[in-house]
Amino acid sequence: MRVSLFIPCFIDTLYPRVGMAMVKVLEKLGHEVDYPEGQTCCGQPPFNSGYWDEARTVASRQMSLFRDSEIVVSASGSCGAMFKKFYPELFQGKPEEKEAARLSAKSWEFSEFLVSKLGVTDLGARFDGKVTFHDGCHGLRELGTKQAPRDLLRAVKGLELIEMKEAETCCGFGGTFAVKFPQISTAMAEVKCNSILETEVEYVVSNDSSCLMQIQGYLDRNSPRSIKSLHIAEVLASE
Amino acid sequence: MSESAIDPKTQFHADADVTTADTDRRAFVRKALGGYKTTRAKTESAFTDWEQAREAASAIKYEGVNHLDTILTQFETNFTARGGKVFWASNSQEARDYILGLCAEKGVKSIVKSKAMTSEEIHLNAALEEKGYGVIESDLGEFIQQLKKEAPYHFVFPCMHLKREEISALFEKEIGSAKTDSPEELTMIARRFMRRHYLEADMGISGANFIIADTGMISITENEGNARLTCAHPRIHVALVGIEKVLPRLADLALFLPMLATGGTGQNMTCYNSMYAGPRQEGESDGPEEFHVVLLDNHRTRLLADPEQRDALHCIRCGACLNVCPIFKNIGGHAYGTTYQGPIGSVITPHFKGLQDWKHLSGASSLCGACTEACPVKIDIHHHLLHNRRNAMKQKPVWWEKLLWQGFAWMMNRPRLYSLAIRIAPWMQKLHPIVFGSVLDPARGWTQTRDLPEMEPQSFSAWMKARKEGRK
Repeated sequence: MRVSLFIPCFIDTLYPRVGMAMVKVLEKLGHEVDYPEGQTCCGQPPFNSGYWDEARTVASRQMSLFRDSEIVVSASGSCGAMFKKFYPELFQGKPEEKEAARLSAKSWEFSEFLVSKLGVTDLGARFDGKVTFHDGCHGLRELGTKQAPRDLLRAVKGLELIEMKEAETCCGFGGTFAVKFPQISTAMAEVKCNSILETEVEYVVSNDSSCLMQIQGYLDRNSPRSIKSLHIAEVLASE
Repeated sequence: MSESAIDPKTQFHADADVTTADTDRRAFVRKALGGYKTTRAKTESAFTDWEQAREAASAIKYEGVNHLDTILTQFETNFTARGGKVFWASNSQEARDYILGLCAEKGVKSIVKSKAMTSEEIHLNAALEEKGYGVIESDLGEFIQQLKKEAPYHFVFPCMHLKREEISALFEKEIGSAKTDSPEELTMIARRFMRRHYLEADMGISGANFIIADTGMISITENEGNARLTCAHPRIHVALVGIEKVLPRLADLALFLPMLATGGTGQNMTCYNSMYAGPRQEGESDGPEEFHVVLLDNHRTRLLADPEQRDALHCIRCGACLNVCPIFKNIGGHAYGTTYQGPIGSVITPHFKGLQDWKHLSGASSLCGACTEACPVKIDIHHHLLHNRRNAMKQKPVWWEKLLWQGFAWMMNRPRLYSLAIRIAPWMQKLHPIVFGSVLDPARGWTQTRDLPEMEPQSFSAWMKARKEGRK
């Protein structure tokens, strides 16, 4: 299968290793990885801030890059939800409405794609360590991805998955919310990180790097012990 | 923290600064709501199919809310046929005037109330007290908040933020009771104090959980029995009810009573469920001589006029969205500065009190969607927060934000410029420590409390490009 990767801007610049891990995993499974050039942002920041005209400007170009793609797999549940769920709303009644519907239909979040579309859970990965999984809200509630990442992690050799308390509670990132309401966002991060610390894991894994930026950012400043955050693709690419 | 001279957004930020720093209170509130999810999950499983029940409830509320014109008049016809009186109040002033008028006309001296958020909404107590009427709240939580001269913290659990010792100290100070650590004793103190007032009161004021159109009744559900006493004893009763509380049929209660209890407290059913069909009829031994229902619009019709967010009128005020909201749990109920706190409050308040003044509540959300997931009547709560943001900016964009996002869009649509920028950015980041966390730090909102990841010298796109070229 020819799989087109959608690597959102912040992963492109801050966490390129996530994209590299996705390429590795998909190629290992024998798929051809396509990366349409010129990708920038999905438009979520202006969209969530209420500036839908500006969001449409960005989204419309981004959408056109994937016109010929067979399948689009996103590195982030949140940006993936933009493609899958919010583009159709953003372009409702606009000339691009049909194109948005087409993109939505062929868009997948990475872990869900592996499990539900490809039917794979065991990727032959090996990762030694205690891990807890944080559900990114967009992946969980907009896309309904809950079981897939857990199934994938459980199949990794050497990995012990320990569920934290309230894994489904938001980490407090929320895009521009994190800087517009830093006091609330940080309080939420504190609660989340305390749940993580209680599990005594060494790693926190998620299918959304934006949540991990929040969690790692808070832990690095406040945690009594070192905990490393990893995108699920990085774990699945380990050998 | 409610009414203030400074604008609601500034007040909100200031209050949230204080409440989020209060780790002790936050932990207390979180613990109080901690058991909710598990209890509720157990109750949900008593439904044959909870998701179907939600669908059904949503459909029934849709029917009611979209036929208010006929359904409310059907209620009025049936209710007045048995001697009840219905007053249509288009705003809070009209509702207050009607109730104050009744008090004057009927020679009312003292009033006992059961829990009614509509009364908070129209600031009824203040209006009654100003005219010299004695008013006593009979719901324990509301009573405590009344003594504390503080608005409810949560529209279902008004004093959930208070610890036992604080309540004891409050009782000691306000009604002279002895210090105690026992919740039972605290309840008894309040009960002994209230009993006298039930007997003295000429007027009872309540809200209603449901207006039932086909039989012309109101339904009140509660756990303390105080609403029953409030409705039964005084000679005049007034129920102040929002027009959205309609259910087409009495039979609908079979779904809505357990659903409200499940969503609200995780109970199968609340302890007391009463239906009132009007004043005391001939041959009946008790009940009020007069029964008035005040149907309150107070800008609910503005929500009705918005097809996108009309489903917010489906709300049965169970409070489930507050109970699961990480924002509510961390900032607490008072920071909102609204009658209706939490996610649903953030959705409806801009419609009730003005979008521009209250849009910040829609912004103060990570849009995590826990509220929508918990809502028994399937209101699309967190997406409406998103819609409020859009509507606010469409109506009145903030010039510098508009400029910022236009610039953002311009740049994001120029991939070459974007590549150049992300090549320079890691070098720029090396200069960041000079201003890090200070007022000059452009990332201050983040860096004051959190670290930033280091930018990689090679982006994924650059890596991919090099890889492709290497293959050629």
